[in-house]
Amino acid sequence: MALITCRNLSLAYEGKTIVTDINFSIGEGDYLCIVGENGSGKSTLMRTLLGLKSPFSGEITFGTGLNKNKIGYLPQQTEVQRDFPASVKEIVMSGCLASSGFHPFYNKEQKKRAQENMEKLGISDIQNRCYRELSGGQQQRVLLARALCSASKLLILDEPAAGLDPVVTAEMYSIIEKLNKKDKITVIMVSHDIAQAVKYATHILHISEKPLFSGKTEDYLLSDACSLFNGEGKN
Amino acid sequence: MNIIETVSNYLSYDFVKYALIAGVLVSLCSALLGVNLVLKRYSMIGDGLSHVAFGATAIAAVLNAAPMYFALPVTVIAAILLLRMGKNTKIQGDAATAMISVGALALGYMLMNIFSTNANVSGDVCTTLFGSTSILTLSKTDVYMCLALAAVVIVCYVVFYNRLFSVTFDESFATATGTNAAVYNLALAIITAVVIVLAMNIVGALLVSALIIFPALSAMRIFKSFKSVVISSAIIAVVCSLSGIFASMIFDTPVGATIVAADAIVFGVFCIAGKIKK
Repeated sequence: MALITCRNLSLAYEGKTIVTDINFSIGEGDYLCIVGENGSGKSTLMRTLLGLKSPFSGEITFGTGLNKNKIGYLPQQTEVQRDFPASVKEIVMSGCLASSGFHPFYNKEQKKRAQENMEKLGISDIQNRCYRELSGGQQQRVLLARALCSASKLLILDEPAAGLDPVVTAEMYSIIEKLNKKDKITVIMVSHDIAQAVKYATHILHISEKPLFSGKTEDYLLSDACSLFNGEGKN
Repeated sequence: MNIIETVSNYLSYDFVKYALIAGVLVSLCSALLGVNLVLKRYSMIGDGLSHVAFGATAIAAVLNAAPMYFALPVTVIAAILLLRMGKNTKIQGDAATAMISVGALALGYMLMNIFSTNANVSGDVCTTLFGSTSILTLSKTDVYMCLALAAVVIVCYVVFYNRLFSVTFDESFATATGTNAAVYNLALAIITAVVIVLAMNIVGALLVSALIIFPALSAMRIFKSFKSVVISSAIIAVVCSLSGIFASMIFDTPVGATIVAADAIVFGVFCIAGKIKK
């Protein structure tokens, strides 16, 4: 059963079409990595999946039981957050808002969920620390815990390793892998790091002006699109 | 002894009591909104809106309309426009704000000069810009309006507290998880416009944005969670406006400027305290 299916999707940025004819579907438990060069439309595709942007043409269908409020999202850090006075707990709790409906305050069940997710990511001991004083890796874990509070089925991650050093990057990828394998959370990740993508992902979507490849990782490694991208990367 | 006598003498007048109530309430509302505005990098919008409110007051004077009823809708519309412009890539948000801000200031001053009904134009302009006397001429209706506004702002702030936090910290995440960030931004801009028009009576158009940004900035020097920043900036705002109003009675200084000076002193103290704490 596919969670998300895209048919003949075209995306535009500021009125200009950037990518056409995207076709792919993602099933439960998959780990899809969307790769492509800068400006190829990866982020636009992701924002469209999240409903932050409407598609230029084509359609996106969500599987049963999945709607906008059930998607966990790990955005890239913004300038605003760098000196934001907020405790780890406050930020993680804000992920629970998606399930709040019209209730103004958090209930016990939501507080419990926040605690569980902080434990899962090993940040419960720093829950009263200030977000802006944490290291980059810790900050990413906080935002990942927040994403987990908003959804337990599907995570959409935007360059989760951006700006992290190699050790912390590896740690981040292994956390994501664990969430995918152990907790059976479907993962869609946007990345330009092709080496890491093929290492962890089960499926690859490679987009450029048009989609170059969409399918399983093992097939991707044999495809023209992969060698093209790697060749360019080495130059 | 002399000081106490001066203060108690002042306090026997109704207009002084009104000034105290309105001053405290408006500072409190500004400080609450200020936390979100400063963190969202919207401080300049507050400044721009206060200049628009000045221009609108000048036009109201020319049209012989009640300043409040004319300046209020104009400032609200300007708030919506400024918010829209922030998203426009052709004219950058800060440039757009600066443009509207000085434009309104110039227009207001020009109109006040051309259609002046009073011989003392610069006195009029000074009053509107720095609120030198208007806080002492508040009517009972003005005070009731301040009370109603403060009640609305505080209730909304508490009820939507968690959502305001989410939208301020991370707009795209909030939108992606089903919080309508655009509505909250709009509501924030409109309430800010209303608070600015009311606050203009107290500290004057030029100093309004001080009430908005100072308490939040001071609180952020020391406090590290969002909740503690919100609570402490509310307390700072109340303490500063009270001490500012009393100080202005004792030292016979302009009310608005004295409140802002109190805010600035607190900011300085908190800055040093923040450095030492590190």
